[in-house]
Amino acid sequence: MSIGDYIRNTQVWKSIFRHPAPRDRRNRVVVMLTNVFLHLHPVSVRKSGIELSYTWCMGGITFFLFLVETVTGVLLMFYYRPTLEHAYNDILSLRDVTTLGILRELHRWGAHAMVITIWLHMYRVFLTGSYKPPREFNWGVGVILLVLTLLLSFTGYLLPWDQLAIWAITVGSNMARATPIMGYEGPGSKLLVIGGVELIHSGSDARFLLLGGRFVGETTLLRFYVLHCVALPLAAALLIAIHFWRVRKDGGISGAL
Amino acid sequence: MHDSHGLSPSLQTGLGLFYFLVMLMNVGFALYQQYETKNKVQAMIWGAVATVFGLHAVAYLAHFGWSIFPWLQNSIDYVMNPVSYFILAVIGFSALLYFRSFTTQPVVAWSILNATLWFGGLAMTNNNFKDIITKPDNVPIVMLIFSVGFFTWLALRKMVLNDERIARGEPPHEKALEEKVLVWPDLVYTELIAMVICTLILIVWAIVLKAPLEQPASSARIPNPSKAPWYFLGLQEMLVYFDPWMAGVVLPTFIIKGLIALPYIDFNQKGNGYYTFKERTFAITTFLFGFVVLWCVLIVLGTFLRGPNWNFFGPFESWDPHKNVPLNNVNLSEYFWHFFGMSAEGHWLVREFPGLLFVFGYLFILPPLLAKTIFRGFFIRMGFVRYMILITLIQFMASLPIKMVLRWTCNLKYIVFIPEYFFNI
Repeated sequence: MSIGDYIRNTQVWKSIFRHPAPRDRRNRVVVMLTNVFLHLHPVSVRKSGIELSYTWCMGGITFFLFLVETVTGVLLMFYYRPTLEHAYNDILSLRDVTTLGILRELHRWGAHAMVITIWLHMYRVFLTGSYKPPREFNWGVGVILLVLTLLLSFTGYLLPWDQLAIWAITVGSNMARATPIMGYEGPGSKLLVIGGVELIHSGSDARFLLLGGRFVGETTLLRFYVLHCVALPLAAALLIAIHFWRVRKDGGISGAL
Repeated sequence: MHDSHGLSPSLQTGLGLFYFLVMLMNVGFALYQQYETKNKVQAMIWGAVATVFGLHAVAYLAHFGWSIFPWLQNSIDYVMNPVSYFILAVIGFSALLYFRSFTTQPVVAWSILNATLWFGGLAMTNNNFKDIITKPDNVPIVMLIFSVGFFTWLALRKMVLNDERIARGEPPHEKALEEKVLVWPDLVYTELIAMVICTLILIVWAIVLKAPLEQPASSARIPNPSKAPWYFLGLQEMLVYFDPWMAGVVLPTFIIKGLIALPYIDFNQKGNGYYTFKERTFAITTFLFGFVVLWCVLIVLGTFLRGPNWNFFGPFESWDPHKNVPLNNVNLSEYFWHFFGMSAEGHWLVREFPGLLFVFGYLFILPPLLAKTIFRGFFIRMGFVRYMILITLIQFMASLPIKMVLRWTCNLKYIVFIPEYFFNI
């Protein structure tokens, strides 16, 4: 008996994988049904669905990058403190001192790559007409996921607390004060006046809500940190689950039912 | 910035290796033509191209100091401005779609790639070009250019081939692959390999290129130019033509809403699950124009060609913060009242009525007019609600090119100018 066969016959192995190795047709089906990660997939797919030049693999790569961002992000949270006192220096020491400081590079480049791959995924889904019935709803979920990806990247951009970070966020969030009605420099905001008191001013408008202040400061850092590490990833994870579930329920990645 | 003379040894060695790799690519392509497609002429052509790249590799590895001709740099900088850049992109895009059966032939695409790589390498000998391309956070945009270019080619190629099959009465390529295969092993192994390759690329990228970290944040020192993260630079570029409430809030909202609404307004049941151009001409042309020209091309413009004070700089021009660009843009109301020898003043409702009339006509008179004429077929098949949603989305998308053309041709600043309520269009 070879070592491999011996291991596969132990009680421990059998308790984890409740079927023989997927070498024959039956067990190749069973493995997909009994493994929580593999059962994201169907048992069988159309041949076109595994053709790389057809799918470009971009949806899968985007999900993989989401996992990379989650793992490296959690590890980075051990090192990084989102306060004016520490934020910049923590990133500096990640660059110069900390063992495994390369986690930050992996996290940042992974994030940039994810923005590109999710665009390419949308591009492919559009060009193959895969948003057509019965997948209209799942396309909408995908659009929200794309927006969440951009917001995740945008909120993460502030955390190093260097010149690049605060000015990019300042430029980006300045748009919010021009929101119609809800921004204090937006059209219509001057109409919201009760008894001579303006309801929308720089301390109560959409930009204030986003920044937690009148300018990009410590409250913004905390707000963006919580959004980046907790709120947005949770929302994305929930929608990813729905997205994958619907891919299965709508009859695979593309094609009419 | 420094002048372009005296190339650093490390840059020359890097370019030598770069051209060596391009040479190997072409050797591979020549061998492919020789043994796979048995095309002797093509094999000889690409062998010759490989030799040219080989000479470049030798010249740079031997530190000959070849650099891009100054006259070429100057003429490119001279010709380039926001107008010519955008118009060239639109012409290139239209030509790509119209002549797609020619432009998507592998040999043509390969020639374009080679030309890009040859020119890109040579351009790196200009320090202004090099500095902006190699800024760590700009590297993703170089990846974006090449990946969007490649995948656009790939998709168009598959569309052309499928359209030929459909014209011959055969099913599209993907429909011929309806047969099912087991996910284990065919899909899970592909996924595993993809994950390994992605991990490798990411680790190499992380080792080679340090994540950027500038000086500590200071609210006193405002960098010039101040740029949003690169994926929002298309929106920032729109600020040239629109106020923030349009460019930063209304138009992005319409992009998101429009994308979500898209499956419900596209009533065409054909082209579901396979590449085709002829069966979905309108949908694909519109989407490609939005994504490639209005989104990606403007991101490249905003990142590489916009410098201090958001002025336009040619790719080889140094970013001079004192560059002076005369701005004498005029509002529609001023044009109108001056035409009658009056000045634009008074209550906004009176002052701005020509612009308000224009906007009203654009939003409320144009859709029914189009429904009676060129979009008659759409209107009949879509019904009132879906047609109105489609036409509104297209109007908002078209508002950017319209505003661009009006700015370039008549220096128009605002169509409607009501600063009293921050309502400027």
